[in-house]
Amino acid sequence: MKKFERFRDVMDEIKKSGAAIYKSPDGSDNLVILYPYSVSYVHSYAQDSRFFLGLAEGKLLGSVCKECGHKYATPRSHCMECGAETDWLELPKEGRVHSWTTCYFGSEEFLKETPFNLVLVEFEGVDTLFMSRLMKAKQDDIYIGMKVRAAFRKKPRYLVSDVYFEPAD
Amino acid sequence: MLRKASGVLTGKQRKVYLIAGGVTKFAKAHPEMDFRLMVKKAYDYAMKDVPKLKAKDIDHTRISYFSDHFARQLKAASMVQDFLGLNPKDSRRIEWGGATGGHCIQAGWETIASGRGDVCMAAGFETMSRVETWKGNEFIALASDTNFDYPNGGFYTGYYALMVQRHIYEFLRKRKFADVRDEKKAQRMAENEAMRIMAMISVKNHTNALHNPYAQFPVKLAVQDALKGEMISYPLNRPSICTMSDGAAVLMLASEDVAFEYTDKPVLIRGVGGGTDTMRLADRPHGSVPLFPWEDEATYESLDYPGVHSFRAGRSAAIEAYRHAGIKDPLNELSFVELHDAYASSEIQTYEDLGLCRYGEGYDFAELGHPFMKGIDYGMKLEHQGTIPVNPSGGLIASGHPVGATGIMQGVFALWQLQGTIGKHFGDDTQQVHDAKLGLIHSHAGTGSSVTVSILEAVR
Ligand SMILES: [Zn+2]
Repeated sequence: MKKFERFRDVMDEIKKSGAAIYKSPDGSDNLVILYPYSVSYVHSYAQDSRFFLGLAEGKLLGSVCKECGHKYATPRSHCMECGAETDWLELPKEGRVHSWTTCYFGSEEFLKETPFNLVLVEFEGVDTLFMSRLMKAKQDDIYIGMKVRAAFRKKPRYLVSDVYFEPAD
Repeated sequence: MLRKASGVLTGKQRKVYLIAGGVTKFAKAHPEMDFRLMVKKAYDYAMKDVPKLKAKDIDHTRISYFSDHFARQLKAASMVQDFLGLNPKDSRRIEWGGATGGHCIQAGWETIASGRGDVCMAAGFETMSRVETWKGNEFIALASDTNFDYPNGGFYTGYYALMVQRHIYEFLRKRKFADVRDEKKAQRMAENEAMRIMAMISVKNHTNALHNPYAQFPVKLAVQDALKGEMISYPLNRPSICTMSDGAAVLMLASEDVAFEYTDKPVLIRGVGGGTDTMRLADRPHGSVPLFPWEDEATYESLDYPGVHSFRAGRSAAIEAYRHAGIKDPLNELSFVELHDAYASSEIQTYEDLGLCRYGEGYDFAELGHPFMKGIDYGMKLEHQGTIPVNPSGGLIASGHPVGATGIMQGVFALWQLQGTIGKHFGDDTQQVHDAKLGLIHSHAGTGSSVTVSILEAVR
């Protein structure tokens, strides 16, 4: 079996052959193997389902408290402030950038999409924010207060990323 | 909002002390040790420091690790207990995101303070090298809302960048650059200013780590070098972000009845506090600041709080811990702070949460040199160097962040500071805070969704 003194080399080797030996500075030989693990979950959106179905219809749905009137830009079936049940609330398509960043690195699943922009969007008269992607904008274009408009994927994947934002001006 | 008098911390609990600790060197990977052996090494080190303490004297253990995904082994804490030969004693696993280690220490405190036992081990570990960095980012991002946050990009550095961008807007754009009319230009100026100050913090923590043999990234940096680092998530670049580590840390806690039998330098846990906030950043309220007793409502009249710019959980944890410890002036009463600087930005935000300065003053506080160590050459001119050293160990940025061990590592370093034994354990006393009397440790989970603050006191 192949033996390496650099752990990086061990990691490269096990992707090819499945096993390698790491010789550590203390002189010991350590057998390292590749151990795959994957799973597909049965995932119900339960009480939040209408939000995801809404995205497929080009609607952005938040929540409004039946008791205290608090308005949320995300689905919350029960109010965080008073505990009462909420109603669905259709959010405006247009909002403003409350905060933003451009990511040049990320998780494995999204690495191929880098660089991408994340934004927190604020809507007039709504008490909380909404996290999303901002497309069609480069780092230098973006600023807090910038007007943005929601856009929806033509073929829904029933993920929150079925909605994204674009500059509105 | 916290009620004025909490029923929990009446001061009637038994006093609890830290009596010994041990840490493995934090490293990118430790393929020659599995998690059990890492904990065993830290455990043996702690036991050797208090030779009168025998395994049979340990009544309970609390063992922390963050991620089942990194471990690929459920009930890994049972295997630690087993490996250390501590069965059949009472034990449990503690997990609370990035604040796992801080919660583990407080779980040990609760075990002894309640009278359930006299000696409790708090141990923690993480083995993050078992996947590539980008997969690790994915695992960590599973600690954000997987329906609403993760599918947008699943990247914690991105979330913290969103938070600091708003912090920069509130406290630099609206104040220091209030006169600049062009909105975009003003924001860019404020961001550049923040990046310069974050680079100073990166230099501070990397320099502090030069004298810490347990640290993963001791390196002499200049502010210009730190500014040139690879951009990861604007405005956070690589030198202002901690990386992933393998490591373990162990603390021994004891009641007042027995602590002095094992050591003549125990360190009192004088106060504990905890706080929480919404899992989704988007759901954070825009209300008013929970105030310390010495603060005035008028100070923050125009500030929507916490929004995404500040950590309400950190402020709440500090309020509880200060009340419990009887602290009225943290800046002057505390000798040092070890806080959760997973990002240089969160170090600045945390100065404010902990009341080392007011909200909005964090950038100035850093720039003036207050959180730097006295007597160390950081290669920059600092007007008020060393008012209160923050992260004299190098913090997470330079020591490393093996999540389940991190909060306990802070506790071990703080214990040694307060015992005055940094020289003994580091083999170099450069980072010893002179005459340290009171220390604060701060452990923080996912975008501030939970935070612990513990106050430690030298009794020698
Ligand atoms: Zn309500």
